[in-house]
Amino acid sequence: MPEPMLALSGVNTRIGQYHILQGVAFEVPRGGLTMLLGRNGAGKTTCLRTIMGLWRASAGSVRVEGRDTTRLPTPELARLGVAYVPENMGIFAGLTVRENMLLAARAGPPDEKRLEWVFGLFPALRKFWNALAGNLSGGQKQMLAVARAIIEPRRLLLVDEPTKGLAPAIVANMIEAFRELKRTDTTILVVEQNFQFATSLGDSVAVMDSGRIVHTGAMADLAADEGLQQRLLGLSLDAHQ
Amino acid sequence: MIRSLLSADPPGSRLLAASLLAVLVGLALAPFVFPGARSLDVAARVAVFVLLAASYDLLLGYTGIVSFAHTMFFGIGGYGIGIAAASWGSGWGSLAAGSLAALACSAAIAFAVGLLSLRVRAIFFAMITLAVAAFFQILASQMSWLTGGEDGLNFNLPSVLSPGTKLVAAPVLGIDLNGRVLSYYLVFGCALALFLVLLRIVNSPFGRVLLAIRENEFRAEALGYRTVVYRTVANCLGALAATCAGLLYALWLRYTGPATTLSFDIMIDILLMVVIGGMGTMYGAVLGATIFVLAESYLRDLLRLASDATHGVPLLPALLHPDRWLLWLGVLFVVCVYYFPHGIVGRLRARRP
Amino acid sequence: MKPRFDWIPLALVALVAAAALPLVASAPIWLTLTVAGLAMGMMIFMMASGLTLVFGLMDVMNFAHGVFISIGAYAATSVLIALRGAMHADSLAANLAAMAPAAAAAIAVSGILGWLFERVVIRPVYGEHLKQILVTMGGLIVFEQLIKVVWGPDMIAVPRPQALSGSFILGQAAIERYRVLAVVVGLAVFAAMWLLLNRTRLGMLIRAGVENAEMVESLGYRIRRLFVGVFVAGSCLAGLGGTMWALYQESITAQMGMQVMVVIFIVVIIGGLGSVGGCFIGALLVGLLANYTGYLAPKLALGSNILLMVLVLMWRPRGLYPVGR
Ligand SMILES: Nc1ncnc2c1ncn2[C@@H]1O[C@H](COP(=O)(O)OP(=O)(O)OP(=O)(O)O)[C@@H](O)[C@H]1O
Ligand SMILES: [Mg+2]
Repeated sequence: MPEPMLALSGVNTRIGQYHILQGVAFEVPRGGLTMLLGRNGAGKTTCLRTIMGLWRASAGSVRVEGRDTTRLPTPELARLGVAYVPENMGIFAGLTVRENMLLAARAGPPDEKRLEWVFGLFPALRKFWNALAGNLSGGQKQMLAVARAIIEPRRLLLVDEPTKGLAPAIVANMIEAFRELKRTDTTILVVEQNFQFATSLGDSVAVMDSGRIVHTGAMADLAADEGLQQRLLGLSLDAHQ
Repeated sequence: MIRSLLSADPPGSRLLAASLLAVLVGLALAPFVFPGARSLDVAARVAVFVLLAASYDLLLGYTGIVSFAHTMFFGIGGYGIGIAAASWGSGWGSLAAGSLAALACSAAIAFAVGLLSLRVRAIFFAMITLAVAAFFQILASQMSWLTGGEDGLNFNLPSVLSPGTKLVAAPVLGIDLNGRVLSYYLVFGCALALFLVLLRIVNSPFGRVLLAIRENEFRAEALGYRTVVYRTVANCLGALAATCAGLLYALWLRYTGPATTLSFDIMIDILLMVVIGGMGTMYGAVLGATIFVLAESYLRDLLRLASDATHGVPLLPALLHPDRWLLWLGVLFVVCVYYFPHGIVGRLRARRP
Repeated sequence: MKPRFDWIPLALVALVAAAALPLVASAPIWLTLTVAGLAMGMMIFMMASGLTLVFGLMDVMNFAHGVFISIGAYAATSVLIALRGAMHADSLAANLAAMAPAAAAAIAVSGILGWLFERVVIRPVYGEHLKQILVTMGGLIVFEQLIKVVWGPDMIAVPRPQALSGSFILGQAAIERYRVLAVVVGLAVFAAMWLLLNRTRLGMLIRAGVENAEMVESLGYRIRRLFVGVFVAGSCLAGLGGTMWALYQESITAQMGMQVMVVIFIVVIIGGLGSVGGCFIGALLVGLLANYTGYLAPKLALGSNILLMVLVLMWRPRGLYPVGR
């Protein structure tokens, strides 16, 4: 069996006095797109932040391509080729769109071809290239956040709720963008509430509840089994349909 | 009886209890045990600064706010007595009026400053109070027609408090019971009483809410406490107690001036006392102030010996120069902040038998 | 949707200057006061800018910042005393040849001290404001004493640059030469900072870090190094500012840093904690106002900056240029 891109085992994370992740274990296979689902407050964001080194796991291990990264500082993880789009997007509002993108391109100014490709995915960015990022609309900010993460080829992409608060048309645009992304050899882990987004993109799926993984498998299996959906995700899905 | 005097907050360590008792007995018997003008002066300063430091501990240790305007309230007390005595004469009535005016003034300023800036972050409050204190210092030195400017005010007190007055014809235990001794006991008694009041405040339900706010502001807010109100009240109480300390100090010195009350050096002294003694313990203020005033008065002599002994070694004599005593207290202060957050009291309590 | 610059605070500076003209009622005196105010503002800006930048990026308020000012002033004065001959020569070139190494020494000493200070004193207390205030205050006490150990407790006279002392007449206004130098140096520092922050990748990174340090790390930049760099740079600026201030005051004491700290805090609060541009404008406002009131109502002069702070905070509670967070 090939080494998974990302493997968590027995991960425990505490924030202050709260014990949030209680033994999270799952794997993200190479290539393809894995969905991380779960109700509000299940611990998905905490899980991504722990992978990224923004919270420290108190027990358990995180491995990226076989390498133990549990104690690795965040910048080092990024340098291994892990990119992160946080739930609040982490846009630098006081910088222009261009500056946001330039910062994300660590190796130097991005080459024309890559930039054109990104503009192809998110045309709005070209239009507002020199605008202050803080002035963008919510959807445009989300696009900028994703674009920033892929301005250079990355090994693993962690994306937290890319469709949060987006209009249906923009969600469709986002789905298209991720389809295109899947054609590259980047592995993607997406946290989502939008089940349509999840089913149309996910190859495999992991479901969290109360700080634990309660289900893993192929996305298609979960999409086909409504009883399972109901049991694992309950009402939180209907609310987002 | 003792338990209730101490508001059910016993020292909690034999060594601590013994040190506190030593301070208390030493102060209570100071005129008899340590005769001489200098020692009596040291004892009175200890009493005043214990109260001042304790009032600061209410803010720093119990409420978690850093104010650099504490000397301002200390000064308001001093000037309250000073201005009253200088302009209305040295009767008890004018002293009382001056004291009341000073207390009212302090409460009003503390309330205003608190309301304006306590809802923002600790850093902001610290910076604002620093600016306000500096402003007040300028004010005191500019309004020289009222405050005597940089020179300050010398004034007389009711004659019963003056050194020339003999209360008892014959010496008692070899000591003349004159007005100076009476002044001392006035200062000591008031300081002790007010310290016990502060101890009561921090051990009351009000004090416990303050602690809860310091530990976790969001949680306290979530439990329904109006944190700004509690902090503002604590700020006012601390200010009032500091004003009382200022009143007593002026009574003792029969002088009020910027250097003895308002200067930033004194602010730093208070900070050192509270942190070295132990934040959030009240008793830390007692030990801190005692050690500090003793150090200020006697550490120089010790350093002089050390400095002379290391004569010829490079740099050491300069580091051990008698005037550099503050350097060593400063180092102790930093060490305390890092390693002994509850200062000396915390150390003593940790090795509780 | 072009990035928009908020001109109002800048206009405020012009407004204050313009409003002072009829009050002063004499154009030459007004010009003298204005130059003096600008010079003072520039010097305050140099001393304060590091503090506000460090706060913006690292959320650290360094109450010991004044120490870097004093140490810089002392280091510079030591050099100036050694080069006294060149300072007393009536030649601008000779004076500058003495002042340049003095400033360099100040910058170096303050920078090294800043680096040590960040490592030893501040690093253990990131994110703990109460401890930060206490510990930096402790650092202030200790370093102030150490200055006395090294340089002695007494006031030291700073050699005056011969060619820069006295004033020249512009129109009918007497302009002190040294103040012109202060304005020039201050403007140069501001311009350099502005270019660095707005035109370079490093500056972009610093601005991004002020907004969201965590995201900068997630993009793969080691923000710790950035912190240290900015802290050291801020200390260097304080050293330079201290040098200029020492030459202006013509004497130095160990407490000088703490004495200017009050004004610096006021400027930083007025500008908006963390904003370099705000700090610049705040410093100019404070400098101008201090000089105008010093002439119009000397009794008010010392308190004018506090009144200004209160007014500004009533108008914009988070300062002229509020920084996100
Ligand atoms: N900084 C924090 N301090 C305290 N508790 C936190 C913090 N961040 C998250 N939590 C708690 O951790 C739990 C999991 O939060 P998390 O944000 O990981 O959930 P989530 O699955 O991402 O939810 P959502 O779908 O709403 O984004 C929640 O109960 C939350 O209250
Ligand atoms: Mg989440």
